[in-house]
Amino acid sequence: MPNDSSFARLPDRPAVPVTIYFEDRPVVACEGDTVAAALLAAGHDMTRTTAVSGAERGPFCMMGICFDCLLEIDGEANRQGCMVDVRDGMRVRAMSGARQLAGAGHG
Amino acid sequence: MDTEVAVIGGGLVGMSIAYGLQGLGRQVTVFDEGDRAFRASWGNFGLVWVQGKGVNMPDYARWTRLSASLWAEFADELREEAGVDVELRQPGGLDIYLTEPEAEAGIQRLESIRKDLGGDYPFEYLDNNALRKLVPEIGPKVAGATYGPEDGHVNPHYLLRALYAAFQRNGGRIENGRRVTRIEPSSAGFRIENDKERQAEKVVLCSGLGNARLAPMVGLEAPVEPLRGQVLICERVKPFLKYPTGQIRQVGEGAVQIGDSMESVGFNDDSTPQVISKIAHRAVQIYPLLAKLRIVRSWGSLRVMSPDGHPIYDQSTACPGASLVTCHSGVTLAAVHAKVLVAWIAGSKEPDCLEGFSAKRFELRQVA
Repeated sequence: MPNDSSFARLPDRPAVPVTIYFEDRPVVACEGDTVAAALLAAGHDMTRTTAVSGAERGPFCMMGICFDCLLEIDGEANRQGCMVDVRDGMRVRAMSGARQLAGAGHG
Repeated sequence: MDTEVAVIGGGLVGMSIAYGLQGLGRQVTVFDEGDRAFRASWGNFGLVWVQGKGVNMPDYARWTRLSASLWAEFADELREEAGVDVELRQPGGLDIYLTEPEAEAGIQRLESIRKDLGGDYPFEYLDNNALRKLVPEIGPKVAGATYGPEDGHVNPHYLLRALYAAFQRNGGRIENGRRVTRIEPSSAGFRIENDKERQAEKVVLCSGLGNARLAPMVGLEAPVEPLRGQVLICERVKPFLKYPTGQIRQVGEGAVQIGDSMESVGFNDDSTPQVISKIAHRAVQIYPLLAKLRIVRSWGSLRVMSPDGHPIYDQSTACPGASLVTCHSGVTLAAVHAKVLVAWIAGSKEPDCLEGFSAKRFELRQVA
């Protein structure tokens, strides 16, 4: 999996490939990856823009605390990419700003 | 002499007073316990709220309305002085009632205040149909809501930051991280111990629940007790809730904040699953679409409650120069504290409307 990621996979782990789709483009990940880890390993380090200033962000703490890896996963907005394991065929999108709450008018 | 006025407590009440006194030309130092303190200023809900305040105490209703009317200008001033937008919105607010008896009790409360104020107290009741026109997201089980046109909300964290920044920019000093252990009258005014020793001409007690301990040192009383409230914060979403309610509001940056508990549990600011689930359940009855929102954190915080829930303002006759300010509504009253109350603390005559706010009212009740 050659790419420009600054992350390298450990050599001592069995690598069972899994394909997910980020912004409709295939990303080859390994079984047991979190979505955030798979995206970082594939060189995607900008995965959302913030709700307040629109600044670019990517996965950071990888342990569920910082909420910087928010992604739309299989149609569900604002999921923490570091808390969700990859599944073959998963559709993932970057989060652009704040989520639109379905059914909400515009106050 | 270390400082002209010592303000004890660097929360919203203390900082509003310190900032206001500074505006009157006083040289002020704030003595703040630091981050170990129970800070209502960090945990509170951020409402600028008029509805329902001042039952059986019309002066408190008037005082609250005065503050609400001063807020827009106050927020502008803070933006200028501190470069911080406190996210003030005052579109009016809703108190939502799930059942008819709840609604009747709410209306009765507001009508009794209206009567006490000679009719000058704006609110209206909206039944579910009328409410739905204003807020389409309202749930079918909601009985109705009272709408108060003067209500609103701010971001309380930005408010505290703004007050700190403005106060410091204008030369105010803050001693953080040391608890004041003792205050006693001295020839110069007051000696204040916080590991070190400081001298001040005047002292203002603004330390929330800590006032109960400090007030007797200067001949005053502050019978305040903690009343816990728990708060949930949901993920940020695009703006959809225009009107704050007593329980639910969408903050300026998109998160939905939900709070709805009153618990007498002493000095314990934990959050608990039972109460959180009750709060969430009620919120979903009010706005069913909230069921789709993730809760990202929760906390407990301690309100500063006097026996009748109203503020205490006092000046000591035993130790002239010592004042006390304590209230549950540090956000709502921030504007009137910074712009009006400070003149009395600085030495002007007590405004007529404040006479009833002394802690002496509790002694009288005990005798009766």
